[in-house]
Amino acid sequence: MGLFVTGGFPTPDDTPDILRAIDRGGADFIELGMPFSDPLAEGLPIQHASERALAAGASMRTTLRAAAEFRSGSETPLVLMGYLNPVLRYGVQAFFHDAREAGVEGVILPDLPPEEREIVSGPAERHGIDLVHLIAPTTPDERIRMIDEVSTGFVYAVSITGLTGTGLGSVDEVGAYLDRARRLVTRNPLLVGFGIGSADDAARLTRHTDGFIVGSALIREIGAKWNPRTGPDAVTSFVRGLRP
Amino acid sequence: MTPNAPYDAPDTAGHFGPYGGVFVPEILVPAVRELARAYDEARNDPSFQAQIDGLLRNYVGRPTPLTRADGLSAELGRCRIYLKREDLCHTGAHKVNNTIGQILLARRMGKSRIIAETGAGQHGVATATVCALFGMQCVVYMGSEDIERQHLNVLRMRLLGAEVRPATSGSRTLKDATNEAIRDWVTNVRDTFYIIGSVVGPDPYPRMVRDFHRVIGLETRRQLAEAEGRETPDALVACVGGGSNAIGLFHPFLDDADVACYGVEAAGEGLHGRHAATLTLGTPGVLHGTLSYLLQDEDGQVQIAHSISAGLDYPGVGPEHAFLRDSGRVRYVTATDDEALGGVRLLARTEGIIPALETAHAIAFLPRLVRDLDAEAVVVVNCSGRGDKDMGTLAAHL
Repeated sequence: MGLFVTGGFPTPDDTPDILRAIDRGGADFIELGMPFSDPLAEGLPIQHASERALAAGASMRTTLRAAAEFRSGSETPLVLMGYLNPVLRYGVQAFFHDAREAGVEGVILPDLPPEEREIVSGPAERHGIDLVHLIAPTTPDERIRMIDEVSTGFVYAVSITGLTGTGLGSVDEVGAYLDRARRLVTRNPLLVGFGIGSADDAARLTRHTDGFIVGSALIREIGAKWNPRTGPDAVTSFVRGLRP
Repeated sequence: MTPNAPYDAPDTAGHFGPYGGVFVPEILVPAVRELARAYDEARNDPSFQAQIDGLLRNYVGRPTPLTRADGLSAELGRCRIYLKREDLCHTGAHKVNNTIGQILLARRMGKSRIIAETGAGQHGVATATVCALFGMQCVVYMGSEDIERQHLNVLRMRLLGAEVRPATSGSRTLKDATNEAIRDWVTNVRDTFYIIGSVVGPDPYPRMVRDFHRVIGLETRRQLAEAEGRETPDALVACVGGGSNAIGLFHPFLDDADVACYGVEAAGEGLHGRHAATLTLGTPGVLHGTLSYLLQDEDGQVQIAHSISAGLDYPGVGPEHAFLRDSGRVRYVTATDDEALGGVRLLARTEGIIPALETAHAIAFLPRLVRDLDAEAVVVVNCSGRGDKDMGTLAAHL
C-alpha cells in the first residue's frame, strides 16, 4: 500500500507531520508529490493541492527538506513524484544528488515516457535512485514489456484512461487490463493507482497486482480535515482504513 | 546545423536539436504515436495533399495575395514592404490552414470528436469552422479571461456549433486552456482528436502544424518571383506566440542564407514588467509535451505571460523556434503592447488594413528594421490576421 501526498500541502510546515501520520497508518511506502504549476494528468484534488502548496511557499527545496526530515525518523521508503520541469530547472544532477541525500529511493515523472528517459536516467543511476515508469490501459503489449524492461523499483499501472481522482468505471475493464499487465510485467512489482479511494476499491484491484496507491482520496481527506492538532490522527486512521 | 547541409529538422524522434520530443503522460503516448504514423502516411499520399489543396483553394480562398504596401513603405521612408495577406483567409487568420489539414487527418483516422484550445479565439474559430464543414462534434477550451476580451470570437464559435468551455485555473488564458484540452484528451483519448493550434505540443504536432502552414512561405516565393523577379526577399517578419504563422512563412526560406528572418515576440508592458517574450527572456523547460524555451521561475514553475494580444499571451513557444534561436538562423526581437497598438494605427492609416493585435507586433518592428536595411531592400511581413476581433480591446486603448 502506497500513499501519495502533495509536498507543501496545505503548507510546507505540515508536510513532515503528514508524512509521519501516513507512516503510522501503515503505509508500505509514501509518494511525496513535487508541486507544479501545470500538472497535466491530475484531476481537481491534486491540481488544487499543488496550487495551495505553491501559494504557501512550497518549492523543490521545501519538498526535499520534508523528505529528509521524515527519513531521519522512519525507514519507510519514500518516492518523489512530479512533473519533469521543476527537476530540469533544479538541475538533473543536483536533483538526484539531493534526493539521495534526503533518503529518497525512487522518482516517478509522469510526463517522462521511456523514450525520453535519457534526459535524467544517467544521474538517477549514478545516485542509485529508481526511475519508475507508468503504463496505462492504452499501452499496447509490446510497449508494456519495454516499460517493464527499463523501469526500476516498480511499474506503475494507471488504472483508467483518465485523470487522478476520477472514478474507476467498469471493474471488468480495469480487471482485464490489469490481468494483461500482470502477464507482461515480469521483472518489477506491479502497483496500481488512480481512482482508488477505499479499501473496497483496493481489494478489487489488488487481486491483479502486487499493491495499490491512493492519492486524491487522501488529499481530499486532508483538504477537508487538516489542522496541525487533530489532523495527524485523522490521517492515520484514514490510511489505516484503506488496507483491504 | 552545418552551414551547407539542407535544413531537415526534426529528427525521427521529433527532436529539433535538444528541443521538441514527446513529454506526455503514458496514456497519451500511444495516441501521439498513432497520430505520427497516420500523419507520415497521409503526407506521402498524393490524394491527401490534393484534398487539402482543394479546400485551401475553394473554401479558404488561397492563394492569399501578396500586397505591395506602398503607403507603409513611403511612411517608413525605406524598403519595399510586402504583406502576405493571411488576414484574407476564411475566418480571418492563417490558423485555418492548419485546421483544414488536421480535420482531414482526423477523418482519415476515424475520430469522431474534436477538441481544441484557443487564446485569441482565432484557432478556436478555425477549428469550429472545419468541424461545422465536416459535421463533427467540437469542444473548444478557452481561458475565462480570454472569453472576456475576445467575446466576438466566442459568439462565432457558438454560432458554428462548437461548445466553448472556460478554463478557470491559473492565469485563465491560453496556457490553462491548453492544460484543460490535454486533460480532456487524457480522458477521451480513444475517440477524440486534439487539433493543436500552434507549432507546440509533442511530436508530431510541431512539424505537422508547420507543414500545414508552409503554404504561406511557398506562395510567397512564387508571388515574389512575379512581383520582384526573384523568389527571395531580404527579410521576413512575423509575430511569434507559439510561432505557427512565423514558421509557416520562414520555413521554405531557411536554406536561403541571405534571407534574414525576424520573429517578433510580445514584450507586453516592457521586458522589465509583465511580458510574453519567451525566446528573449525565457530558459529551456518542458511544458505541454515539448522541451523548448519557457517563462519560468527559479523553482521551475511556469510563469504567467502577459500580452495585450491574447494570441501571443503564452509562456512557451514552439521547439523549432527554440532551435532556430540557438542556431541564430532566425533573430527574435520584441514589441510592447503600446508599440503593437501603434502598429495597428500605422497599418490602418497607411494601407487601409486593420491587423490583429498579434500581427501588429510584426508591423511595430518595421520602423526599427528598415533603418538597418538597404533602402531598396524587399521585406515581407506576415499579415497573419485581421483586427475585427480586437475592436473591444482597441476601443479601450485607442
